[in-house]
Amino acid sequence: MTLEMIAGFVAGLCLLIGSFFVLVGAIGLLKFNDSMCRLHAPTKVGTVGIGMMLLASMLNAIAAGTGSMHELLIMAFLFVTAPVSANFIAKVNIHRRSCETPPPPLEDDTWSTLNSPEAEQP
Amino acid sequence: MARAFNWLLPHPLLTLILTVVWVLLQNNVSAGMVVFGIILGIIIPLITSAWWPDRPKGFRLGKMFVYSVIVIWDILVANVQVAWIVLTVPNAKLKPAWIAIPLELRQPEAITVLAGTITLTPGTVSSDLSDEGHSLLVHVLHTDDPDGVRDDIKNRYERRLLEIFS
Repeated sequence: MTLEMIAGFVAGLCLLIGSFFVLVGAIGLLKFNDSMCRLHAPTKVGTVGIGMMLLASMLNAIAAGTGSMHELLIMAFLFVTAPVSANFIAKVNIHRRSCETPPPPLEDDTWSTLNSPEAEQP
Repeated sequence: MARAFNWLLPHPLLTLILTVVWVLLQNNVSAGMVVFGIILGIIIPLITSAWWPDRPKGFRLGKMFVYSVIVIWDILVANVQVAWIVLTVPNAKLKPAWIAIPLELRQPEAITVLAGTITLTPGTVSSDLSDEGHSLLVHVLHTDDPDGVRDDIKNRYERRLLEIFS
């Protein structure tokens, strides 16, 4: 049992866990009825699923002696950009009324997506 | 001395991040790469400082580190919970909900971090901000207790962010 073999097994385990979460994300995307609920699935894939696959890639590279740090950057950029795209899709859903209209906010007049000139007209 | 420091490094944290990103991109920790990264990290904030008019003054790096560890742990735990919901709860029994969270945070940067955190922890997606920025709209996939989720977010994340950006 060399260190390289152990790293290989751990990397394989990480790949399995990662692909399980990606599969669950895809099932969620197909299963739910409401477009807002469907939005929850991609945010899962983006975090643990991809994170585990990148971890496997890193472990494999380090065990093979060509250690690479690019995966850390991929993870960092993914974590920064995933919420932005999710927010945009949610805003489109609210704007197109393709989901239940949210209740009014507690402190201000309305939500910024609904605060448009067209919204005033019936 | 302090003025020279402020002039050369208008945004010390951005300098650090740019240097680290440069070294990671090159995949090569050598003296030359680090020096070049530092040069980039000094030049880019100087050129772009005009587009950062109201950057937050106080930022506690140590507390941000603790916060990141808590968030990563929450992401792992909540991922398993949501996978369970996706696989076992039928559509008819799903209870999605909108939650309006009144915000105490005022800096745009802090609100961005809070919204990003909420989206990254599975089961909740931050969807919208109210027109004057005092409330955050969050969509929850499945909950029996919307008020509990709101208090959880306020106590667990917003309270810590208030300390970080103070």
